[in-house]
Amino acid sequence: MHKRLLTLTAAATVAFAANAQAQDTIKVGIVTTLTTPASIIGKQMKAGFEVAAEHLGHKMAGKKLELIFEDDAIKPNIGKQKTEKLIKKDKVDFLAGYIWSHVIAASAPVAFRANKIIVSANAGHAKFSGKGCHKNFFNAAWENSQTPMAMGELLNRKGIKTLYVLSLNYAAGKQMVDGVERTFKGKIVGKDLVPLSHKDWSAELAKVKAANPDGVFVFYPGSWGPAFFTQYAQAGMTKTPLFNVFSIDGANLPIFQSRNMDHLLGMVNTSYWGPDLDNPQNKRFVADFKKKTKQYPAHYAAQAYDALMLINAGVKAAGGNHNDTNKVRAGMEAADFPSLRGNLVFGRNHFPIQNFYAREVVKDANGDWVLSVKETVLKDHAPVNSGECKL
Amino acid sequence: MGKILSLMKTPRGIYNTILVLLCLSMPFLAPAIEQDFYRDVMLRAMIFAIATISLNLIMGYGGMISFGHAVYLGVGGYAVGILSYHGIESGWIQWSVGIIGSGLLALLFGAICLRTKGVYFIMITLAFAQMIYFLSVSIEKYGSDDGLNIDTRSNFGIEAFDLNDPMTMYYTAFVLLMACLYFSHRIVNSRFGMVIRGSMSNDDRMGSIGYPTYPYKLAAFVIAGMMAGLSGILSANFESFVSPDMMFWTTSGEMIFMAVLGGLGTIFGPLGGTMIFLILSEMLSNITEAWHLIFGPFLIVVVLFARGGVEGIIGKFEKRND
Amino acid sequence: MDYALLAEQFFNGFQLGIILFLVAAGLTLVFGIMDLVNLAHGTLYMFGAFFAATFSMVTGSMFLGMLFALPVTLVAGMLMEWSLLRTLYQRNHLDQVQVTFGLIIFFNELFLIAWGPEGAAIQLPDYLQGTTPLFGDVVVPDYRLVIITSGLLVALGLYFLVSKTRIGMLIRAGASNREMVAALGVNIKMLYTVVFGLGAALAGFAGMIITPITQAESGMGEGILILAFVVIVIGGIGSIRGAFIAAIITGLIDTLGRSFIDVAMLAVMDTEGAETAGPAISSMLIYIIMAVVLAVKPQGLFPPKGA
Repeated sequence: MHKRLLTLTAAATVAFAANAQAQDTIKVGIVTTLTTPASIIGKQMKAGFEVAAEHLGHKMAGKKLELIFEDDAIKPNIGKQKTEKLIKKDKVDFLAGYIWSHVIAASAPVAFRANKIIVSANAGHAKFSGKGCHKNFFNAAWENSQTPMAMGELLNRKGIKTLYVLSLNYAAGKQMVDGVERTFKGKIVGKDLVPLSHKDWSAELAKVKAANPDGVFVFYPGSWGPAFFTQYAQAGMTKTPLFNVFSIDGANLPIFQSRNMDHLLGMVNTSYWGPDLDNPQNKRFVADFKKKTKQYPAHYAAQAYDALMLINAGVKAAGGNHNDTNKVRAGMEAADFPSLRGNLVFGRNHFPIQNFYAREVVKDANGDWVLSVKETVLKDHAPVNSGECKL
Repeated sequence: MGKILSLMKTPRGIYNTILVLLCLSMPFLAPAIEQDFYRDVMLRAMIFAIATISLNLIMGYGGMISFGHAVYLGVGGYAVGILSYHGIESGWIQWSVGIIGSGLLALLFGAICLRTKGVYFIMITLAFAQMIYFLSVSIEKYGSDDGLNIDTRSNFGIEAFDLNDPMTMYYTAFVLLMACLYFSHRIVNSRFGMVIRGSMSNDDRMGSIGYPTYPYKLAAFVIAGMMAGLSGILSANFESFVSPDMMFWTTSGEMIFMAVLGGLGTIFGPLGGTMIFLILSEMLSNITEAWHLIFGPFLIVVVLFARGGVEGIIGKFEKRND
Repeated sequence: MDYALLAEQFFNGFQLGIILFLVAAGLTLVFGIMDLVNLAHGTLYMFGAFFAATFSMVTGSMFLGMLFALPVTLVAGMLMEWSLLRTLYQRNHLDQVQVTFGLIIFFNELFLIAWGPEGAAIQLPDYLQGTTPLFGDVVVPDYRLVIITSGLLVALGLYFLVSKTRIGMLIRAGASNREMVAALGVNIKMLYTVVFGLGAALAGFAGMIITPITQAESGMGEGILILAFVVIVIGGIGSIRGAFIAAIITGLIDTLGRSFIDVAMLAVMDTEGAETAGPAISSMLIYIIMAVVLAVKPQGLFPPKGA
């Protein structure tokens, strides 16, 4: 009799403790790319989240913080399935990450249906800043057309009159092209959006040469970058200046340096962030990231860091009650935390309103290649379709 | 009733019954272990199993190794997606277009492909599938590589029958799966099926006893295409998403493997094969990101040593019991 | 009409054709003689690329790197044949497709882990980094000239091997009539291993010479493999001459198609239509041609005699 009561009590205590444990843990599910050559970006994003978690002491508002990473293999249907798995199986409280715009387009509806807050730490699909905005969607990075719009501005400032545009044929790639077309005042003499499987630009480069533009605009992130820049030099095109968005960053600069691609030194691109942005939290982030990974962070890592800090700000504002979605959301909208880009201000559509800078590839004190912020190109810039958001 | 009970007497019969019972009961088992997620995994497996059953019809019984069968999944899926995009949400229209569309495409492709044999047949089915894949990638309007989000599931205008309800969706797929299994059983054991099976062992002989195999094979090809189209329709509804990836040759390759793993030329083989394949990949990917290192050799071992797939292995126990 | 552009695209297409030929030649031999559908042929292409990259880095020389990588790839291929693939000769095509598919999956993952997601690169020596004017306004990158030249030399060497040597005679006989060759007392097992090794070396060579341009990365073999299958079907299974002609045609059609079809479409439809139809047609074109060849002349355009 006593034994039975003891066992029951013990069981009840364990169950209660387990349940209480569950209530005390905040789970953030992160969908990123951990397989395929593009995992070079995913690794940066993962490290960015991890540094943020370390700075938070693995806690949010006193509760234990758990990060769960899943791989999307750059496929929208897999990203969607992993999002479902994080929600239904791992019972995460928040969703974050998402490198690719077409992956988040397929995955976000899943989060919306489950009433979970989803924070993009990279994918800047224009759908979500305009008509498709949603109260539970936050973007801690940028909208796709903003960075190339800044580049278009820069091109005008540099006196470029004719431009050839090269990009990738998927959601983000198309929106990058839209962006530069919005602000660039000169003439676009050619446009090629190549499929994601493309690796040899001989045909396109011949067309570029024939068009003889003042400059070439490219969007070739991740592993497309090294292949393209190598071929550009081999085709003898380096006299024609290259302008890129997202094609040279902290993730692939070490690769370029190890392959002695010197023609990339001095190249300029635009972004809302740079590793030498002057504020204390950015300095600390860059230093700790370098300690952890022996590499400079790229914007992928910076965004991931800010994304987790953003969620933390929301949970703190809700007094630690992470299940109170409304309070958390309000806290996130206020974004009262020291962001790596200085001050983070959100528009109604939960996209940042921020500056965009020109950054140049330079050598640091140790001779390592790094991107350095040079001038401000756009100030307090919001995504162009923000007005279409009915929030 | 007696027939069903007699099915239970053999090891294979028990295995097959377990498969069906698993499908039937998962929505009730899953919540019990707090994993609604497994219901989704099972539903995905059932939907894909319909496609594998259709491939088994032509490949397992007819010897037609189609490396482009996944293209019919795409036709069914995009029928739902494109019509939905244009505001046509009626299930009657979507599903009819999907099934008839895949049938017509199978008729067109089959008419040409079936004039070839052996490895040429494999290559030409691959070629046609790649063509459709590239075509869908080029049509910007319907998403191209990004795929197409589908806002709401097919609407049949019947109040009690709402596919947006997870249980309804699940059991609709279950019933259709059972129907395909039954249909497969009937067709294989019919005179039509005999001709198809005969053509696998000896085309010429079939011709000489008065059954030119071409029209029969073509008919089988079309039926298989339509069934795969149905699978695509269900997939589009369940996932609320379609993309050209559905039609890529590697999807066809996986389908071939599922059919082989389960047991070619058996009725329940494709169901078991699909379930084991999908659940195994799910489990392995949880253990390590490098799960392909295990999966690749697993494929090889199964093909080399497990002739007849899982049904074959279980069947061995039957022989011993005799 | 920009003739310089047209000439350059011809050149590019021809170069793609040469690479395709190197891959297709091995594939068609293995297929024609051993009746083996080897999906892992693209993996051998990848082997050559990565081995050459590592050896180049270690020796500091692109040439030495490739020189060492070639025999290593040859041996790796023969090992693959000896340990696993030879059991497939007896099996049907379905089994062969699946086993080699499993090999692709395994090796892609292995190489991704071993070399990391950033893959590997081969640096061109300085003197190969420039361009050369061909004629008129046409300027071509030096290294692509090197690719074409070495590819043509290999093609010539292959022709010599197949038509003028004893082993070549055995290869030709095996491609036309396998059973007869065995019946005549030739050591079939060794012939097969040698042929497979030759195919591996050709594919590996293609992989390594393209790497300075496109970098070596996991999964690089699949794209070229599919095209190579199209090439050997069009050319005729077992025929090296067929593979050469079909490869050049394929390379030209693919490159010229990508460059000019959207322009051609503009003549018959509006910009949006052309931007859609253009890429669609150019990627589908080569498969349409394969389907037509299969429908009209299923043995291919230049089948080996006696086939």
